[in-house]
Amino acid sequence: MDTQALTYIFVGLSFALYIGIALWSRASSTSEFYVAGGHVHPIANGMATAADWMSAASFISMAGIIAFSGYDASVYLMGWTGGYVLLALLLAPYLRKFGQFTVPDFIGERYYSKTARVVAVICLIIISFTYIAGQMRGVGVVFSRFLELPVDMGVAVGMGIVFFYAVLGGMKGITYTQVAQYCVLIFAYLVPAVFISIMVTGNPIPQLGLGSDVVGGDISVLSKLDGVLVDLGFSAFTEGSKSKIDMFAITLALMVGTAGLPHVIVRFFTVPKVSDARRSAGYALIFIALLYMTAPAVGAFARLNFVESVSEKSYANAPEWVKTWEGIGLIAWVDKNEDGVIQYGPGAAFEGRVDFSGEVGVAGERLLTNHPTPLTNEIFVDRDIMVLANPEIAGLPGWVIALVAAGGVAAALSTAAGLLLVISSSISHDLLKKTFRPKITEKTELMAARGAAATAIVIAGYLGINPPGFVAQVVALAFGLAACSLFPAILMGIFFKGVNREGAIAGMAAGLIFTLGYIVYFKSPWFGATNSSEHWLFGISPEGIGAIGMVLNFAVAFGVAQFTQATPPSVRSMVDNIRTPGTVLSQ
Amino acid sequence: MSEANETAEENTNRSLYWRANIKLLAGLLAIWFLVSLGAGIIFVDVLNKIEIAGFKLGFWFAQQGSILIFVVLIFVYAARMRVIERRFGVSDE
Repeated sequence: MDTQALTYIFVGLSFALYIGIALWSRASSTSEFYVAGGHVHPIANGMATAADWMSAASFISMAGIIAFSGYDASVYLMGWTGGYVLLALLLAPYLRKFGQFTVPDFIGERYYSKTARVVAVICLIIISFTYIAGQMRGVGVVFSRFLELPVDMGVAVGMGIVFFYAVLGGMKGITYTQVAQYCVLIFAYLVPAVFISIMVTGNPIPQLGLGSDVVGGDISVLSKLDGVLVDLGFSAFTEGSKSKIDMFAITLALMVGTAGLPHVIVRFFTVPKVSDARRSAGYALIFIALLYMTAPAVGAFARLNFVESVSEKSYANAPEWVKTWEGIGLIAWVDKNEDGVIQYGPGAAFEGRVDFSGEVGVAGERLLTNHPTPLTNEIFVDRDIMVLANPEIAGLPGWVIALVAAGGVAAALSTAAGLLLVISSSISHDLLKKTFRPKITEKTELMAARGAAATAIVIAGYLGINPPGFVAQVVALAFGLAACSLFPAILMGIFFKGVNREGAIAGMAAGLIFTLGYIVYFKSPWFGATNSSEHWLFGISPEGIGAIGMVLNFAVAFGVAQFTQATPPSVRSMVDNIRTPGTVLSQ
Repeated sequence: MSEANETAEENTNRSLYWRANIKLLAGLLAIWFLVSLGAGIIFVDVLNKIEIAGFKLGFWFAQQGSILIFVVLIFVYAARMRVIERRFGVSDE
């Protein structure tokens, strides 16, 4: 059977599984729709959290980023896992004790203010939509590569599936579907990693293979990679090019941002007890670490394989996968010195995005209209293909490629569903029920939640098909905003009784305006600002500025709270209550 | 014991419990900081001079070691908190 047919079967089977689970676990009350009734076992919740968390970006792009930026990519590895420590220690147990449905619920009640709740809802919606557009795109890319559907069709199919189980099942349906999706995606990630690790190092455990010697040599993978890259003019794989302060700020912003992402936090509302919330965060991180500790190995092996199969090799004899990916514009080669051999080095091979002229060159390559750069590098490779092309690069059988496709779709769908849920619950619960129409019945609220989920899917799908020009740039926005607004507000709500309504609102507003302003100033085309380190504040890039926004939020909140009316006693006793796990909330 | 006494004792227990929690938190977060932002970024150059099992130590902390220690930290916290909660009678199980 050919790879394409296998891919259809694998992806089709996984869809059937998700739909089956959705039918079995329909939500019948708002509590089930928002937080799965609060009855999810901590291990199941850990798996669901892991699937929710690991997006198309983690599954598809992470190893590619590591492959092409080496040590610099550590910001993502530490940032996207370190946040779970903050969650488990500082937020999850207390929010579980609080025992409501959403993040704005907590902010609204702790700061006794509808304004605070609405500010939180606005943050949540901006964060979730920037994030979800990328997921839908991820589904589209996987479909177009493996099933040869147009990207738009792929997005539409993905929307249909998510629509079905998110609208029907709510959090309950999503949780159990995510457990299945985690199993699919981790299996799909580890199988090729193990094969490649054996191929490169002879060690079947990729996490350890990274430190092993290469097959038939007495030099370790990392030393070899350092040597090969330095010879080609790159900086060494294990050394970075980012400044220390920028590395520090980005890592911190990602850690804090992760802990402040609403679709992650809300997962800890679904476990039965406070102690379960702590443990569940631990399980979630184990399940995440399984992929995140494999990614550096996959990245390093992929880079080594890539260099060895293209550098100074004649194009005519290049492996088949080079031509496959060139076919869809993710690899491109321009023969600058007309020797028919691929020269690989640092810098861009040509200016702008790939633009094929439609003609074929002497060696059979697709010719480009792009203006070549004066650098020796002749090849362009999109870093996102590393995970997807890995099985082909390693010459693995067709079923592994099919499995990777199903895994990529699982990663994208699970994250999209989680995000849709927090968007819909913040609209039906926080805006409708708690702010504008408090008299609606539970039945109406549930209907509104389903309606909001459906609307959100359509908007997300639209953003996936017509991504705003800077969509890749705005992911930084999601983390930056979560870091500067939601995280500090929740943290102070739990640990500092003295922070009052005025302080929290002023803090969130200050953090939000500063961070949003900084990112838009450098990332949008509107101001013509040069996005480079000499122009940045303290040398911190827009990716890391959320860390400063967070400090600003804390400072403003504490300052304003000093000069305004103290937190009322009823709220103080509510805080006492959420701090102690074993007491009943007395309201 | 009168009712007032019970409430007073409950309050002392609560504040002792909270203090124990904060102390534990501070210790674990210090480790969290040291293994990631510390070993992986601030001191990475010094640590990279040491090589163990094919890894430069600083690079290892940045890409794998910190993650491993994060997992341990969460489970240590969960286990220690169970003990502390029982000691002060605020356990939920």
